[in-house]
Amino acid sequence: MSLESPVLDIDPLLDDPKTRIIVCCGSGGVGKTTTAAALGVRAAERGRTAVVLTIDPARRLAQSMGLTELDNTPREVAGIDRSAGGSLHAMMLDMKRTFDEVVAQHSDPERARAILENPFYQSLSAGFAGTQEYMAMEKLGQLRAQDAWDLIIVDTPPSRSALDFLDAPKRLGSFLDGKFIKLLMAPAKVGGRAGVKFLNIGMSMMTGTLNKVMGASLLRDVQTFVAAMDTMFGGFRTRADATYRLLQAPGTAFLVVAAPERDALREAAYFVERLAAEDMPLAGLVLNRVHGSGADRLTAERALAAAEALEERAEEPGGARGDAVPENLAPGGMEGHPAGKADTGAAEGAPDRTERLTAGLLRLHAERMQVVARERRTRDRFVSVHPEVPMVDVTALPGDVHDLEGLRAIGLRLSGAQPAAA
Amino acid sequence: MSPQQSSAVRLHIVTGKGGTGKTTVAASLALALAAEGRRVLLVEVEERQGIAQLFETEALPYEERKIASAPGGGEVHALAIDAELAMLDYLDMFYKLGRAGRALKKLGAIDFATTVAPGIRDVLLTGKMCEAVRRKDKAGWPVYDAVVLDAPPTGRITRFLNVNDEVAGLARVGPIYNQAQSVMAVLKSPQTAIHLVTLLEEMPVQETVDGVAELRAAGLPVGAVIVNMLRPVLLSDADLTEVADGPRRTAVAKALSQAGLGGARRGGLAERLVDPLLAQAHEHAERVVLERAQRAEITGLGLPVRELELLSDGVDLGGLYRLAESLRKQAVAVPADGPVRPLGDDALSADAARDGADDGGRGGGGRGDDGDSDNGHDGDDTDGEV
Repeated sequence: MSLESPVLDIDPLLDDPKTRIIVCCGSGGVGKTTTAAALGVRAAERGRTAVVLTIDPARRLAQSMGLTELDNTPREVAGIDRSAGGSLHAMMLDMKRTFDEVVAQHSDPERARAILENPFYQSLSAGFAGTQEYMAMEKLGQLRAQDAWDLIIVDTPPSRSALDFLDAPKRLGSFLDGKFIKLLMAPAKVGGRAGVKFLNIGMSMMTGTLNKVMGASLLRDVQTFVAAMDTMFGGFRTRADATYRLLQAPGTAFLVVAAPERDALREAAYFVERLAAEDMPLAGLVLNRVHGSGADRLTAERALAAAEALEERAEEPGGARGDAVPENLAPGGMEGHPAGKADTGAAEGAPDRTERLTAGLLRLHAERMQVVARERRTRDRFVSVHPEVPMVDVTALPGDVHDLEGLRAIGLRLSGAQPAAA
Repeated sequence: MSPQQSSAVRLHIVTGKGGTGKTTVAASLALALAAEGRRVLLVEVEERQGIAQLFETEALPYEERKIASAPGGGEVHALAIDAELAMLDYLDMFYKLGRAGRALKKLGAIDFATTVAPGIRDVLLTGKMCEAVRRKDKAGWPVYDAVVLDAPPTGRITRFLNVNDEVAGLARVGPIYNQAQSVMAVLKSPQTAIHLVTLLEEMPVQETVDGVAELRAAGLPVGAVIVNMLRPVLLSDADLTEVADGPRRTAVAKALSQAGLGGARRGGLAERLVDPLLAQAHEHAERVVLERAQRAEITGLGLPVRELELLSDGVDLGGLYRLAESLRKQAVAVPADGPVRPLGDDALSADAARDGADDGGRGGGGRGDDGDSDNGHDGDDTDGEV
């Protein structure tokens, strides 16, 4: 029997005006983006003025919301039912542009130009992976400050370590406090602050080392960059800290998204623990793509035995019938599955035709029941370790979602109204 | 030809959308390549300890160690690259900076390099990996016959691999420039093949198609597409048609009853099974249609395609060996009595990269005129059904 956990009730969360930010996190490929989009659609149609921020370069959110282009500004999603007074905007993070905006905002035009033209900056802001996390948090802060939406739903980046986005503001802070940055800046501002004086002893050795490693011109670029950024660092860090506090605030809810697979749930467990350690408010776990069966009283074993019995019956009397020619091994080319037979059409309606079909249905059911059992085991493992985490199961759709209708269907499932299981 | 000049693929980079099982595929590819007495290094760069979990061992340190034996006496070694240690390693190796390296660490420079400017981290990771590819023993033979990388996901792969181009552009001259150039030389050579793992679902396939385009545009050698977690098709075309047309429910109920599953009359167990079973069949039919469309997309890429079936009990060590065996069978072209080294028979060979390079050049042309290494044909199994 499946272990029970508290039910994650999505609608009250979406409806509560005090909920201002929902962060969807989880490992890659578990349907995070789709979940974020579905939550956005549902919240909007229940009356919230919502915006969905996605950071995924694959532009999947765009596809599922029928938008051809998502850029750095929130665009209204067409086709939302606005009768409850809500609306939905969606945007995709443009990392470089966000970074540029931050620079422009925090420095005078001349300094801004020096930074924007610096080759090191250009690489840092666009070329290097990982800046995403910083900029995602920056953008979240911006959207929140704009106050044009009463609910912001954030889809987190597919980070190598899924919680990079949490660490990003902190890391930036510790870096900015670090000695290294002062060291880097020292040569650029000769006779600078008294505070860097003690470094001078080791200075020539260090600069020599850095020169040797980085090459003189690269070092110079980095130094110019750091010096130019110096004035804006203060504001930047204040904002990073503010965003971090925003995430801890009562108006924020974290949803961990997972699929009933070992790796995804392992990552989910890690998230749950990490969020607790960081005092981040966890609302619960969304378990996507769960399979069920409307015939779950029929076990896999019984279904297989029955399928075999039917196949034997089909073999026996009608061996000379037209459908005994297995010329077509498709679909799938999976060898060893007796269902892979062609039908010449001649045997339409013959009893053994029905028997074969029924055997196929039973084998299909057996496979489904095996999937159900495996998923339940994986889920139970998580629940035994984290029995306190509220959960909602979202049944699998046969295909992918690419329109609002699909997102609504997911939203309905998220709210706990599971459609009649197939 | 000296072993150093062998043009066979020696660096296999395995990428894929999150959730497609790229770590599993990378591990089974390493096992497949290690067969017949070869030595393969399996590298992980995302600090997730996915390899250790797959092989059911304790967490890997930053050190190469044997992690599995392959059939026929081969060995798989594994390495989880830690960016910070790689940085110190690198400073030490290239600049003999033992002490200064530690001083840099104290100052927070290492921290800066490996976390705040994550691009530098990618430089270190790719650098370490290429070092393993090029490492030679005293006799001048490569220490590893092949290196398999469990790489960052498709969305990040081109940037990850191209970071050295970026760095070379920034540094312009000097040791960093030289190092970056030499890494790019390995990555863009026919010694490298980048494989993309996908599922037969829309989003992963779309990401694969985009990823291939990006890699090609960047001049990086694309290897094979590996369709993972392929689910068995349990209904024949005839069955599917019949399900779609609405089968005679009473006949199905009767058949169920004959198979011992209760009464076929209204309200009987067999009768009540009909609807849910047919609903499952409808879902299955929908999936089959979707999968065929996705398969056609993949075929359109003109790359060799490998297929790995879903392990219904999840991936355990036994499953990993089964997947490895399956990859080996699909790769064909193991020369009957060639020497173990140099490698000429990689499971996913350089042909893949070449196929990818001439655009539109579907593997088809290569089949007849290249009798002894009939590679890249497995797509044909699937062509027949589309």
